[in-house]
Amino acid sequence: MTPDAADRLPASRLVSMLSHAGLIVVAAGFLFPFFWMISNALRTDAEVFAIPPVLLPKEIQWRNFVQAWLYLPFGRFFLNSAFVSASITAIVLVVSSLAAYAFARMKFPGRSSLFVVYLATLMVPQAVIVIPLFLMMSALGWVNSYQALIAPMAFSSFGAFLMRQFFLTIPDELEEAALVDGASRLRILLTIFVPLSKPALGLLALFTFTGQWNSFLWPLIVVNGPTYATLPLGLTLFQGQQGTEWTYMMAGATISMAPGLILTILLHRYIFAGIAIGSGFGGR
Amino acid sequence: MPATAISSPVVHRSKSDLGVATLFLLPSFLGLSAFLIFPLTASLWLSFTNWQVIGQARFVGFANYINLATNDPIFWQVLRNTLFYTAEYLALNIVLSLAMAVWINSLSWGKTLFRLVFFLPTFTPLVGVSLVWLLILTPGGIMDWTFHALNLSMPNLIINPNFAMQALVLVSLWSHFGYNMLLFGAALESVPKNYLEAAEIDGATAWQRFWRIKLPLISPSLFFGTVLTAITSMQTFDQVYALTHGGPGSATTTLGYAIYTQGFVTYKFGYASSIAWVLFAIIMLLTALQLHLQKRWVNYDA
Repeated sequence: MTPDAADRLPASRLVSMLSHAGLIVVAAGFLFPFFWMISNALRTDAEVFAIPPVLLPKEIQWRNFVQAWLYLPFGRFFLNSAFVSASITAIVLVVSSLAAYAFARMKFPGRSSLFVVYLATLMVPQAVIVIPLFLMMSALGWVNSYQALIAPMAFSSFGAFLMRQFFLTIPDELEEAALVDGASRLRILLTIFVPLSKPALGLLALFTFTGQWNSFLWPLIVVNGPTYATLPLGLTLFQGQQGTEWTYMMAGATISMAPGLILTILLHRYIFAGIAIGSGFGGR
Repeated sequence: MPATAISSPVVHRSKSDLGVATLFLLPSFLGLSAFLIFPLTASLWLSFTNWQVIGQARFVGFANYINLATNDPIFWQVLRNTLFYTAEYLALNIVLSLAMAVWINSLSWGKTLFRLVFFLPTFTPLVGVSLVWLLILTPGGIMDWTFHALNLSMPNLIINPNFAMQALVLVSLWSHFGYNMLLFGAALESVPKNYLEAAEIDGATAWQRFWRIKLPLISPSLFFGTVLTAITSMQTFDQVYALTHGGPGSATTTLGYAIYTQGFVTYKFGYASSIAWVLFAIIMLLTALQLHLQKRWVNYDA
């Protein structure tokens, strides 16, 4: 089981090969649902429940994607998801950076207690607050609107916490020099802290964006009808209307997963490093 | 969300920055107050009222909670479902992610590729994942055919009340174990090599090195992963909605799903809020219990 053992014994060469072979089989099995999704998104309705099962469609039905995108307005759902997720991400980055800078670098009475309050808000399950949130949106007349999808979800203290951790690692001297030169706090944040924190800001953006892109409970509650529906919500609209339109639903599922999969593949190094740091003990 | 202690940053200037700090904290403070702290208190108040979508909210004391415990036909089953799901999912998630992390870490090449494969579903919508699995598991789908082809007399997983919960656990594991796998994998990577070499020289077997050295050294990460996974799995909703709608009957109805149906299908806002606070109370208790138990098994002085 140890990597260093691999070079010592000839027998362990075989063990290493078997280990790889076994893991390749497990990984291939693990990827099957992705294959099944794409394969069903590109077939005819008749091929979905054929016996014996059809692994690959006889003729690739690209029109399923065209139908899903144009007529079942997945195109609109996609844009709704993109707009809502991007707006929330932008707000989170700005608001978190400001708060994190105050917590990391400013002195004021009650700082520690306030920070504990911010931390405590991370414990609150979404399910506990959605009912009052919905009633608030009703009172404001915001039900079924972009602002209802965006505003209540744009304030999590997670970002402030993450950015504070990062700001604490930036040396004091840079800031001291700027303060002596009479630079304002906002200017210091924008010209020193933000440029030095690009990796952390990128990670926060990535986690926020994907988290919101995948979000389901809140859109389900505050949206009715297709106009403001996000992708996950749009997918469920196919359940129950005279049976399920499986091929379109799989095309829609593929569209909904594409950004997350592409981002994961392109940025996996940053994501993995971020998760390693997330434990607070990485790189000991 | 690191579990590190709150350290005080060094600030050299002696005067307080109260004015400018207030400005910097105002946006987040107003947002958190309006969209988190206020709704939290409001839901506690709501749970003591009989508010429905029409009519006036009347204060009813503990009536909602008493009704839950004594009159609700499914509350105890829903509570059992949620705790059962959390216990099973948590145990399987930790064991599987740790086992896969160890397996992948032992490879001489291809670690990143395998990590990526198992992490792929993590950043995709759970609803999408659940609907793909629904196609696999649905009556007459490929899973049924496979059981049949292998001459296994298995019932269909999602329409059988005894198996539906297992389908839910399976889908949740597939979509999310990759996160903890990475967390534990990173922790295992950082176990100092010289500890392991010294143990080997002293004649410790690979098994002993794992249980006596690696596991204690990664216990903080294990603890962190366990606490977070427990909190999120207690709230499970998306998979239930997309895969089973809480059925068959109420075999897979979780607290999260019950809050939704009571609140937004039958519009009993007061009653649904009391279920929400039961959920919140259990999450707080579980977390407190885990924090208490960590003294026994988590090792911070590596």
